[in-house]
Amino acid sequence: MAGDPVRPNLQPLTLHVPEPKFRPGDAVDFTEVTLPPAGEVRRPDTADRADGFIDLAYELIRVLDDSGQAVGPWNPRLSPETLRAMLRAMALTRAFDERMFRAQRQGKTSFYMKCTGEEAVAVAAAFALDYEDMCFPSYRQQGLLVARGWSLVDMMNQIYSNKGDRLQGKQLPIMYSVREAGFFSISGNLATQYPQAVGWAMASAAKGDTRIAATWCGEGSTAEGDFHSACTFASVYRAPVILNVVNNQWAISSFSGFAGAEATTFAARAVGYGIAGLRVDGNDALAVYAATAWAAERARTNHGPTLIEHFTYRVEGHSTSDDPLQYRSAGEATAWPLGDPVKRLKDHLIAIGEWDEERHAAQDVEVAEEVKAAQKEAERNGILGHGLHQPLDTLFDGVFEEMPWHLREQQAQMLAEEAASGRPWARK
Amino acid sequence: MTETTTPDAPADIAPVEAADGTARMNMIQAINSALEVMMERDPNVIVMGEDVGFFGGVFRATAGLQAKFGKTRVFDTPITECGIIGVAVGMGAYGLRPVPEIQFADYIYPALDQLVSEAARLRYRSGGEFIAPMTVRSPFGGGIFGGQTHSQSPEGIFTHVSGIKTIIPSTPYDAKGLLIAAIEDNDPVLFFEPKRIYNGPFDGHWDRPAKNWSQHPAGAVPQGYYRIDIGKAHIVRPGEALTILAYGTMVHVCQAVIEEAGIDAEIIDLRTLVPLDIATIEASVRKTGRCMIVHEATRTSGFGAELSALVQERCFYHLEAPIERVTGFDTPYPHSLEWAYFPGPVRIGEALKKIMKDA
Repeated sequence: MAGDPVRPNLQPLTLHVPEPKFRPGDAVDFTEVTLPPAGEVRRPDTADRADGFIDLAYELIRVLDDSGQAVGPWNPRLSPETLRAMLRAMALTRAFDERMFRAQRQGKTSFYMKCTGEEAVAVAAAFALDYEDMCFPSYRQQGLLVARGWSLVDMMNQIYSNKGDRLQGKQLPIMYSVREAGFFSISGNLATQYPQAVGWAMASAAKGDTRIAATWCGEGSTAEGDFHSACTFASVYRAPVILNVVNNQWAISSFSGFAGAEATTFAARAVGYGIAGLRVDGNDALAVYAATAWAAERARTNHGPTLIEHFTYRVEGHSTSDDPLQYRSAGEATAWPLGDPVKRLKDHLIAIGEWDEERHAAQDVEVAEEVKAAQKEAERNGILGHGLHQPLDTLFDGVFEEMPWHLREQQAQMLAEEAASGRPWARK
Repeated sequence: MTETTTPDAPADIAPVEAADGTARMNMIQAINSALEVMMERDPNVIVMGEDVGFFGGVFRATAGLQAKFGKTRVFDTPITECGIIGVAVGMGAYGLRPVPEIQFADYIYPALDQLVSEAARLRYRSGGEFIAPMTVRSPFGGGIFGGQTHSQSPEGIFTHVSGIKTIIPSTPYDAKGLLIAAIEDNDPVLFFEPKRIYNGPFDGHWDRPAKNWSQHPAGAVPQGYYRIDIGKAHIVRPGEALTILAYGTMVHVCQAVIEEAGIDAEIIDLRTLVPLDIATIEASVRKTGRCMIVHEATRTSGFGAELSALVQERCFYHLEAPIERVTGFDTPYPHSLEWAYFPGPVRIGEALKKIMKDA
């Protein structure tokens, strides 16, 4: 019988259900988060066997120290020009997010997702990869497109599902697909891109190509079977792929403990697969760059995959559809001990005498203006809030390469419905 | 996943050649030949799956391919169907034409999300920027004492999904021509192979000696390249009394039953379920006025339900009797009782009597 102990002489079992440290209203104290000083973690050779540096899956690679200096063996020694370009791409990503989030709140589109606080994870990786390398992102790596110099107008056209939308209004806003910029179609289903990236990388290797693949998923998605299938394939065939886990602590309202963070790190997932595993400070653009460059070199020299955990924090809600104040403490974002990635890179540039507050303030204005101008241009193609912008019959395009009879019939039916109904879907 | 023994696995994969450029092949040999022809024609065709490499597949369909084309084009995979199909999507996006094998259709479910949400929708969701051309080969159907995990017919799960094509051949000749067309297709194709008829046509009488393909006209298979267009049904036997819609193993069972009963039925082998050759079906039912649908898969929401609805919608005023559906039962595929599950001559015969009652 349920509830009745069958063997009362034995200790009853208990079920552990994880609970985050802080809920709404709680004072936040992150002193339990272990942060080794910058520059302390060793940097193995990219050709070393993965089981020779298992400790790196439990450490935290950091380059920028508290005084804004780049220190230690992982310092990528980037030129001031590259550092400033990275800083600008991160600032532009943040400005883009702010503008598009507001556009959703203004009813101009249905959905948006910000990457605030995680800009370094995508932007620094884009700088460390070759432009020809193929990215299989999740939905929070818009920084890849921005860093690769992709048109903001084109991204906004997709967000607005307007007549300039390269995806013809078929996909949820921000689920970009930009083949030209090496950016694979975002699914929305979680971690499905992981085995796909491995497959792309295997194909590249099988063909004797020189390009590698990189993919991203959140820490919550590492629980999906696809993640583990991908790790197995990547390990077995030594696929030239970089497997990024963006540990931003939250999967909508579920904290990282529901993906296993109470027991171990996410980089440690690599250990069981015999994959190189690195754990990096995801708010340190130089650490992200260095780890990505290390993994890229390892992949390019046929030493196989690397799994990188980016330890970071999701500053905003999951999307425009949730209010994080309902499930976590409002104090978390400001108390996050790894700081703001934009500010940290800015402080570094100032510390080395290559930037100053005035230039930064001017850049903030400049990127905001760039985003505003792009928005104005994109809105000339229409916004979702004003109705549909694609011819209705395109609804049936692209299900198959050639449209079979049953879709042609349904298409004709839809057009007849439209004619009979007085065109309620027509744009205003 | 567990293993099973396969009945009458061909000891030697080499087909028997004839003077006219054709060879006597069983369905395994025909599939093997299609893969070989396509791998020779297109360096982007690769074959992967559990046990398909050195061993050549548990049914020997990929025998000899690794030796001929090398390990980077024909290789064994980890036992993760999700991974196999996910990797194939990425390979397709790269520009390859992967032909993954799912060892038994019963094991395809871990790959469902990668098939349904990814392969089938990639073209649509990316505005045509990325495609996932792949042909997923998978032995399916029962009648080999495979129990519930080596006997299922899950085609109805996939015909319900937009963006995926489903092909089921019934002869060696069709299997080769359809498989070549599938590999050349730029959309994802599920290619279900009725394993009961790998070695010979099956008349439904499990207690009689098994036949092989050597005497069947469709066992003569051209050795080179040819294709059978996707979406074209085949009228196996023209007739006037009624129309029988079937595919895979059931085509042969239906043929045997109507010959024994002496009924002049028109048997249509659908060959492709999506896209369906509705024109051939419509023309036939309008002519005969009667329609019987036969499949081995479970009944409820099976593909027969779709066929029945289509025929009713399009041919209602030509129908002289209610449409008959003859199917497997809505149970797991049983092991020892498989011939009680199987829609064999008795079940088809009873349905025939019913549909022909007032003729």
